[in-house]
Amino acid sequence: MRTFILVFAFILLLLASLFIGVKQIDWANYNSIIESGRLVFRVSRFPRTMALVIAGVGLSVSGLIMQQISLNKFVSPTTAGTLDAAKLGILIGLILFPGTSHLTQMGFAFLFTILASLIFMQMLRHIKQRSLIYIPLLGIMFGNVLAAIGTFFGYRFDIIQNMETWLIGDFSKVLQGNYELIYISLPAVLLTYLYANKLTALGLGEETAKSLGIQYNTLVLIGLISISLTVSAVMITAGAIPFLGLIVPNIISLIYGDNLKKSLPYTALLGATLLLFGDIISRLIIYPFEVPIGLTISIIGGVAFLIFISKRIRHA
Amino acid sequence: MLKKRILILTGFTISVILVYLLTFVGNNPDYVLPRRITKIAAMALIACSIGYSSVVFQTITNNRILTPSIMGFEAVFILFQAFIVFLYGDKTFQVIEQQTNFLFSVLLMFGFALILYLALFRKRQVHVYFLLLVGLILGAIFKSMTSFLELVIDPNEFAFVQRYLFASFNNINTNLLGISAIALFISLVLGTRILHKLDVLLLGKEQAITLGINYRRLVQISLFLIAIQVSISTALVGPITFLGILIANLSYEFIPSHKHRHTILGASLFGVILVVGGQFLVEHLFNMNTTISILINFVGGIYFIFLLLKSRRL
Amino acid sequence: MITVKDLYKKYGNHPVLNGLNIEFPKGKVISLIGGNGAGKSTLLSVISKIIDHDSGHILLSHEDIANISSKDYATKLSFLRQSNFTHIRLTIRELVSFGRFPYNRGKKMSTQDEEKVEEAIAFMELEDIADSFLDELSGGQRQRAYLAMILAQDTENILLDEPLNNLDMKYSVQIMKTLRDFAHQQGKTVILIVHDINIAAQYSDYIAALKDGVVQHFGTTDEIIKPCVLKDIFEIDFEVILNRGCKFCLYYD
Repeated sequence: MRTFILVFAFILLLLASLFIGVKQIDWANYNSIIESGRLVFRVSRFPRTMALVIAGVGLSVSGLIMQQISLNKFVSPTTAGTLDAAKLGILIGLILFPGTSHLTQMGFAFLFTILASLIFMQMLRHIKQRSLIYIPLLGIMFGNVLAAIGTFFGYRFDIIQNMETWLIGDFSKVLQGNYELIYISLPAVLLTYLYANKLTALGLGEETAKSLGIQYNTLVLIGLISISLTVSAVMITAGAIPFLGLIVPNIISLIYGDNLKKSLPYTALLGATLLLFGDIISRLIIYPFEVPIGLTISIIGGVAFLIFISKRIRHA
Repeated sequence: MLKKRILILTGFTISVILVYLLTFVGNNPDYVLPRRITKIAAMALIACSIGYSSVVFQTITNNRILTPSIMGFEAVFILFQAFIVFLYGDKTFQVIEQQTNFLFSVLLMFGFALILYLALFRKRQVHVYFLLLVGLILGAIFKSMTSFLELVIDPNEFAFVQRYLFASFNNINTNLLGISAIALFISLVLGTRILHKLDVLLLGKEQAITLGINYRRLVQISLFLIAIQVSISTALVGPITFLGILIANLSYEFIPSHKHRHTILGASLFGVILVVGGQFLVEHLFNMNTTISILINFVGGIYFIFLLLKSRRL
Repeated sequence: MITVKDLYKKYGNHPVLNGLNIEFPKGKVISLIGGNGAGKSTLLSVISKIIDHDSGHILLSHEDIANISSKDYATKLSFLRQSNFTHIRLTIRELVSFGRFPYNRGKKMSTQDEEKVEEAIAFMELEDIADSFLDELSGGQRQRAYLAMILAQDTENILLDEPLNNLDMKYSVQIMKTLRDFAHQQGKTVILIVHDINIAAQYSDYIAALKDGVVQHFGTTDEIIKPCVLKDIFEIDFEVILNRGCKFCLYYD
């Protein structure tokens, strides 16, 4: 029953996303809409919607993998410095090689993201106090540090205002021809589905997983690469989208449990649905102008996260 | 041993102050020196406040890598500044005087802290980490709003916002300094009265309670004082997020005592050294190509990562 | 003397103390036993004012503890839990000195304070390492240091939550003997939680068995260490052997 509602919502929002925008497309007369309507559809609506779906799927799944690896429900690209690392990577790439292609920028983002993830994993090993809240606290601080490093360089090259604004999550600039990089995250997500059972075992802890015969280090590395690819690709295409990788896996975990083979598809579906929903609100709230989705999601996601934690505390 | 260390530290502090004051004076000592003395006074005051609030905060959170600024104070401050510029654009300084801006900033930040504390202390149990996380998340949300405003603000007007994004001792208003100094000084004096109780917190919450400490009240008073100090420091010079972690940890390493009156003194002295020294570098090495806060956050940030990677217990 | 009347405490919807009643006799060693979740830790935490109870009364020498300030209470009752804070950079002497905090409130140590500290250190045989840092010590030494702090706090009532966890047998025996001396030689009331029934049998005067948040059995050691009573508490068969005036419990069959 729940599945049905979710799938239904997804399809509804998908269609809404394809047809909501400043340029009106008359659905009833699809066959007879003029060329400019079809153009908008092909060049803007369809790519935008695809990007939304892929980003939603990619970020949610990335969050899930991070939670399995670090054995903490509140780790995610937002709360482990991953997003900030990607931003830093792009910044450094632009400073070193201005005007370079998206692919190169993504390369830099990927590099920095992987490095930051490895540092974060290392930090986790040192932490004795494995309280649920402590680790995301640490992760956010870590993200702030990376942002501070970025600011240092940004200030020297006087690009602070640009920095802050480029990378705010925003799908309005997604157009055919400049968004295809995001498809890179698809194989990454697919890979995780193939390894779903092994990833579930990861969640039992390093020692248990190893005693079950799992190649722990390899698996963690695959996971981190997949996450870094996804986050970098999304960052290049649409900017920073916070909290999605945090909230979606937690909701799914509450309803479907932690068996990844079962919960991965739902995680992906809910992620895409939520992001579509957020984007449509962003398009409509001050129509015909748009609010960047980074802002919308950060408010919705932030509040949702706080509610989650306070429920957790009450039961503790 | 302890006395020796404190003496060395004090000596170092005085040297750094003198170097900053007396070198690169140029042709106009009558203009330069008084301004520098004002700046040094401001820096010393801020350093002491940050030293106090960071050490006390770390005791309450039983942790050495957190600072009070992560509770969202700075995000509130920056959002407020961006919002004013958004509303008034280049007329900002005609409409709002520096004094009014300062007053509102302090009230906003302090109000934010009060709301946070009230909401979270209503329950019987005190969950300090939850308080922090709420502050952090709210901080993240405010930062997104600020980014959005920055998107919308005219680039020419953005320069006004940029001033406030980063701490700077270059243009301190003497009136503001006077009021702040009195307020900070009072809070520091009041703050010394709880230091011996904070010492007991080192043994952990439960042990402290069995030794007769009213834990809840101690945490409330401490957070209150911290809120005052961080609000005023931030409104006066802007955000210096990671200074607190740096100076607190340097103090723990260098000062062989667990007592707060020693560690806070150490942190304050290190604070003065870093801030005055950093300002010296900013003015003469970097040629104002960076600000003191960016420099300190950069260094402090890297030190933070270093601490996390080497520390065996957090 | 500590009296507990109709004590209730819930965690969320889960009741942990269910109308518990008990009177702890003065100057004796009383062991609390019972399965996990029976409410032993919670009981001690509530008596020591670490957590609040939902309803009921706790009386210390016939005075309701809610009316005693935390300052005064600390001079009458001390509580030792698992010492988790292994990384504190304090010397043993500094730690033990904290035991005098309820009396000097962190200000200058009086001569009496200093005497009590040195006495406590001597009693626990820690003189040689009194200036070493806590994080350099073994688990057993650390535990003795914490006990010295409790001793320096010099309270009439001492509560301990599993003080023997992770300790070598030699130290377990030493600490239990010390606690027995606190009671029999110094007239203190010692209430402790232990998991090993034989330790409880050897060193306590009274044993209280908790189950489902109430006191299931309470009596002198002789009254409790009997096969029928033990079976009722632990739900397995026991055999009690008497050897050299001490009772031993066998429960392997």
